[in-house]
Amino acid sequence: MTGDRDPADECRARDESAAERIARGRPGRADDPEGQADRRGAPGGVPASPDPAGRAGRADERPGPSGPSGAAPWLTDPLDRLAGRHGRAVSRVRRGRVRGAADRRTGSLTVAGVYGAAGALAVVALGWTEWHGVREPEAALAFGVLIAVGEAIRCADVPPALPRASGASGAHEQRGEPAPVAAAGALGYALLGNLGGEPTTHGVLQVVTVVVAASLAGMVPRLAFGCPADPEHTARRVLTVAFAATCFQPLHHTGRLSSWFGQGPQVVGYLLALPALTALCDAVLAAALARARTGWPYVPLLRDELRALPGVGSAICATGVVMALAVAVAGLWALPVLSVPLLLIQYAFRRYAGIRATYRQTIASLARSTEIAGYTPAGHARRVAELSRAVGRELGLSEPALTVLEYAALMHDIGQLSLLDPVPAGATEPLPGAEQRRIALLGGAVVRQTGVPAEVAVIVERQADPYRDQPLTARIVRAVNAYTELAAGPAAGPAAGAAGPAGTAGAAPLHALERLRLATARDFDPAVVEALATVLSRPVYGRSPLRTHG
Amino acid sequence: MDREEGAVRALPLGARVYVLCAVLAAALCAAPLLRCQAAVPWATVVLLSAVYAAGARGTRAPWPEWYSPVLLAGAFLLPPAAASLVAVPGALLAPVERRPAGVRRIWHAGQLAVAVWAAGQTFAALGGRAALDSVRAPGAPGFPSALAAATATALVLCLAVIALECGVLVTAERHSPRAAWHGRVLGSLAPHLVHGPAGLAMAVLWHSPYGPAAALLVLLPIYVSACVFALYHRERTAHQATIRALVQAVDIKDRYTRGHSERVGRASAMIARELGVSGDRLEALRIAGILHDVGKLGVPTRILRKNGPLTPDERRIIELHPEYGHEMVRGIGFLGEARAAILHHHERLDGTGYPYGLAGTQIPEFARVVAVADAFDAMTSTRTYRRARPVPTAVEELKRCAGSHFDPRMVRALARALDRHGWHAAVTSDAAGEERGNAPADAPRALPEPVAATAPGPSAPAARPDTADGAP
Repeated sequence: MTGDRDPADECRARDESAAERIARGRPGRADDPEGQADRRGAPGGVPASPDPAGRAGRADERPGPSGPSGAAPWLTDPLDRLAGRHGRAVSRVRRGRVRGAADRRTGSLTVAGVYGAAGALAVVALGWTEWHGVREPEAALAFGVLIAVGEAIRCADVPPALPRASGASGAHEQRGEPAPVAAAGALGYALLGNLGGEPTTHGVLQVVTVVVAASLAGMVPRLAFGCPADPEHTARRVLTVAFAATCFQPLHHTGRLSSWFGQGPQVVGYLLALPALTALCDAVLAAALARARTGWPYVPLLRDELRALPGVGSAICATGVVMALAVAVAGLWALPVLSVPLLLIQYAFRRYAGIRATYRQTIASLARSTEIAGYTPAGHARRVAELSRAVGRELGLSEPALTVLEYAALMHDIGQLSLLDPVPAGATEPLPGAEQRRIALLGGAVVRQTGVPAEVAVIVERQADPYRDQPLTARIVRAVNAYTELAAGPAAGPAAGAAGPAGTAGAAPLHALERLRLATARDFDPAVVEALATVLSRPVYGRSPLRTHG
Repeated sequence: MDREEGAVRALPLGARVYVLCAVLAAALCAAPLLRCQAAVPWATVVLLSAVYAAGARGTRAPWPEWYSPVLLAGAFLLPPAAASLVAVPGALLAPVERRPAGVRRIWHAGQLAVAVWAAGQTFAALGGRAALDSVRAPGAPGFPSALAAATATALVLCLAVIALECGVLVTAERHSPRAAWHGRVLGSLAPHLVHGPAGLAMAVLWHSPYGPAAALLVLLPIYVSACVFALYHRERTAHQATIRALVQAVDIKDRYTRGHSERVGRASAMIARELGVSGDRLEALRIAGILHDVGKLGVPTRILRKNGPLTPDERRIIELHPEYGHEMVRGIGFLGEARAAILHHHERLDGTGYPYGLAGTQIPEFARVVAVADAFDAMTSTRTYRRARPVPTAVEELKRCAGSHFDPRMVRALARALDRHGWHAAVTSDAAGEERGNAPADAPRALPEPVAATAPGPSAPAARPDTADGAP
């Protein structure tokens, strides 16, 4: 952990010291009326004084020989402005770091709580079962084998949500239940009330015992083949199954369930509601753990988890319920029969995940074509895609929207292929607006042929428009593209050089961010630029633009 | 309605008679119902047919017949005559893509009624009903024997549907019986083997105290799996489109090779199939064939579009394109060994090719395949500097150069494949590009022979097959 953080801290320190050197070198950073006005207006979406800020933005769009100082004559000392803003950028970086530390503490608490609860439950259950012995051993064995096999064959990379009819493609991040057979088996055992016509007597703790033992047994072959263990997943499984069993088994044993619902179809309704509730709890838990792991905002994570439920989640719930009922009627023979459709789902998902990975690689190849052709610097498309995704996540976009955003970011420069001669350094941001729009339209025409969702083509086409005419995703691509070009390109050079040779590496990203802030009146959405600043203040992303300089 | 009638009249007489026979047979199957109406569980019939109709009508069939467990459950639960009715409303209501819709609907209803009736008879004959009734009796081997009967029933349903389908294809669309049968059986066997047990689970639960509600839950996982398969196919289609987009990105720069890439992919696949390559490797090779010239994206547009002789420097730059291409597709994992085909498709067997001058078996097998396919298509398509040659001439030319430039094994495989399947120059997916690029109308204009003379390497006076494409 610490080894991971050290270089990042070092980078941030360099970053800050560079900014502070600039700040110290230039007095008078506090009185900066225009900048203040501009910035105060920014979060609201409408700048307080659009006119001067707008002119600054347009002027700043064209670096090159004239430079910012020549283009903005109404500023007494443009470098003063720069310096003032750097001070604020630094404080923002600090705030981000403080917040990050708090997040990390909450995150590790969440993880410890979940693991502790699951572990304690498992130990208690094992002890209890050891003391009282296993009731209905054949059912325990059959369900245990099913769960173990399901765990053993789980795919490492799987289920997204189901496609929605809108056809916006099933472009989802991989999420959801990776071992549907095991999940359905565990649920079925938790809800098992009769076996071949006889009432069962196994309790909640035996259910937990069987699930824990089977999950561990199923992990063995996976570890033998070198697949990583997934303790988080096992912990979640234990907790959710315990929840489902607690809601069913005591009611069943005391006979209260049959007095409420009888033995007929009403029980099916109750049994269906129970797994649905369990799945909701599981989604909440999974999102909390994902937040602890990644530090991304909670609500979009929960939304993505919930979105995965109607598809595979519903199939798992239905199969679990049907397993419990069919075993009650026809005995344990029903188990293998009912797991076959789930195996089919798993197989289909594996195929789907494979073709999706290939698809993504092909898109990336297409994106690299401009780099091979010498139109854009190497790695540019990939950097823009990664950063856009992070910014989109920061702004709370859903997973499908993030995929669209990623594809659009990968292919945003594709229109340059139709230019007879490359643009210098592949940077489209300094070009005249009409030329930018022409390239964007050509790119959109190519993207329309690639079979990606139509939204991607729209983003690519509109990327040169003023931000108020753009969809949010296009604003992100435009801002991130401009930032990446400025941070890597020669445009950042002279200004950064002023900070001295040692500070060059750290200052360029801040200068680039500064340029973006100056142009928030017309070209870049202030909210997007702020999200970009937040993302860049994180260790992972703060490092990547610096590395390109090193 | 007039068009509808015209379409019906356009059906061959044999097909009309065939459909009529199928409908009459279905009516015969259902006829016993008239005699003993009281014994039929009409509620079950109505509920099952409603579910089937909802499945057939409501979803735009994400995957063929995900709802067929309903038919099987009908065959398990109902007398055969009543079971044959379950499919009828669904078949009559289902959306039909092609005209004549009315006839097609009636045909489907008759077809399914007969097939389900046959399945029901099979189940009864195999003693499945008795086994199903004894499922709940303790100690009886009810479920396993019912499972065996159910699987056999599902197979019968599958085969009956396919056999009837073949009949209509033969009579109405004049397919040969073998072509109609081929490929259908394997494709539908696997789903039906899954659906048999699922239908049995439905039947068991239907008669249980939990009732039809529990039985219908069995359908949900099957529906989800059908959706995932549909998703997979959509993604696959999108991937194909992206591959084409890569090729079209080349076309933006190098206008005269439209359609060439797709045809090279097709020819490569033909050769590889002759050599016994199959499955994922075949697909990878086909894609590699399509992408073989993608490295031209890295060559400056001015050089690619240059009219007139190339300087040695320009030639050297063009000869970099296999390496650029290899670099571009480096990230596409599934191509695997086929990536080497992109890097080495301009190598020659005698070691005089580029980029590395490999010789003989040093050249990867897939690269030798793509080299032959590339040269073949370059010769049989029209370029600005010369006309297309006929296929036999091109094969003769390839054979002449086999051993020095090309692997004789690949050339022989290509000749065999051409004998067997013929060669269709039109690429369906790129029909529009075809008109612009390689249509004969474009052919004899602009730059005739002089460019051709300058195009190939210094030692060859006429368009040599292997250089004709790579170095224009």
